[in-house]
Amino acid sequence: MALVRLRGPLKRLAADCSDHVIEAGSVGELLRGLELAQPAVGGWILDERGLIRQHINVFVNGERARENTSVGPDDRIEVIPAISGG
Amino acid sequence: MTELLVGTRKGLFVLEGKPGAGFEVKARAFAGEPVEYAMRDPRTGRLLASVTSPLYGPKVWYADHPSSEWQQAGGVGLPENGDVALERIWVIVTGEDDAVLYAGGDPGVLFESRDAGATWALNRALWEHPTRPAWEAGGGGLCLHSIVTWPGDPDRLALAISAAGVWLTEDGGEQWRQGNVGLIPRYVPEEARAGATNMCVHRLHRAPRRPERMFMQFHGGVYRSDDAGEAWTDIGEGLPSDFGFPLVVDPADPDSAYVIPLASDEDRVPPGGRLRVYETRDAGASWIERGDGLPQGAYLTILRQAFDRSGEGSALELYFGATSGDVFGSGDAGASWFTAATRLPPVYSVRASELGEAAGEEPLLRR
Repeated sequence: MALVRLRGPLKRLAADCSDHVIEAGSVGELLRGLELAQPAVGGWILDERGLIRQHINVFVNGERARENTSVGPDDRIEVIPAISGG
Repeated sequence: MTELLVGTRKGLFVLEGKPGAGFEVKARAFAGEPVEYAMRDPRTGRLLASVTSPLYGPKVWYADHPSSEWQQAGGVGLPENGDVALERIWVIVTGEDDAVLYAGGDPGVLFESRDAGATWALNRALWEHPTRPAWEAGGGGLCLHSIVTWPGDPDRLALAISAAGVWLTEDGGEQWRQGNVGLIPRYVPEEARAGATNMCVHRLHRAPRRPERMFMQFHGGVYRSDDAGEAWTDIGEGLPSDFGFPLVVDPADPDSAYVIPLASDEDRVPPGGRLRVYETRDAGASWIERGDGLPQGAYLTILRQAFDRSGEGSALELYFGATSGDVFGSGDAGASWFTAATRLPPVYSVRASELGEAAGEEPLLRR
């Protein structure tokens, strides 16, 4: 199963746990699985359309990923808020 | 004692004070986050805040005290797996039934809570209205910013959406119809105005003692309705500019309204930098300039939710905030003004409430 790592407020929402192991075939599936396992995260990473919010970056093994990026059992996924100005 | 909930670009500021005795910041919440709107339900004392994180999207939060732990409200979102996401919650108001609250947001959506704000449900009739595909967003989005209840009748509501106009219901939101007769969208070519629906209402209020009377600040024009929002009459003559955003009424006087004119659509600062509030006490037949104590050379902007009142009649207090981070107040219905706060972040919203005599006591009995 893939390992997804959360930081900051996302980690706090997910029972204050940074690492979560989720079985999924794609990033979108993995994030929906994370929401099922940790309901308080619902709506914080994905919006109602199932799209990753504009200023959230998801990386699979260090590579920028989108909802349809494939995920394998040994992959490591990072969910990182973007650096925003203003 | 008056409490001001000031929503800003960088958090919620809770101010307490009295006209003539100064105001101070008593609490801050959501530090660093944009707080578009915050209000206190006078029935329960509960605080509700709309916060749109640029990272994590729009959320509604509630707490019984600004310094206590805020809880995220449930159900504030659009149907899943659709084509549209909720952008922002613009306004939260109390309903006529116990524990009922309404929230309005972008894209032109209404939510209702029946448990004092803990959970919310989308109004499907407005969401699925057959005219929705033709609705046009204003510069700030398709924002449902005004929700106007009818005292004593929970089934009657009026809404205003920029730029989809006024919407009326008499059956608690099961059916909606437009109330735009008489509005003149000067931003639409004259020959195209007939049948235009892109009505850019900026703010809407009802006179509670005569609920069929309503006042509106439009995108160029100030209007009054005497038939519960079916038709509108322009009452902007006598103002230095009929462009602006917020509007307030004195609940004690159905003939009263206050506006804060800005120069124009293209120049959203007080005309000539003269910051002035204008008051009518004859339903818009004439306007009185109210600015004693307000700064001059003030090239600032007052946003649509940044003007409010507490009390009424001879006890009417008025408060407004500006994008400059200043908050101004009047303890005498606008006759004279003082600075309640300065150098706050840009102010998005101001909501005023009367507190108990001692600050920090369990609030609040009246707005």
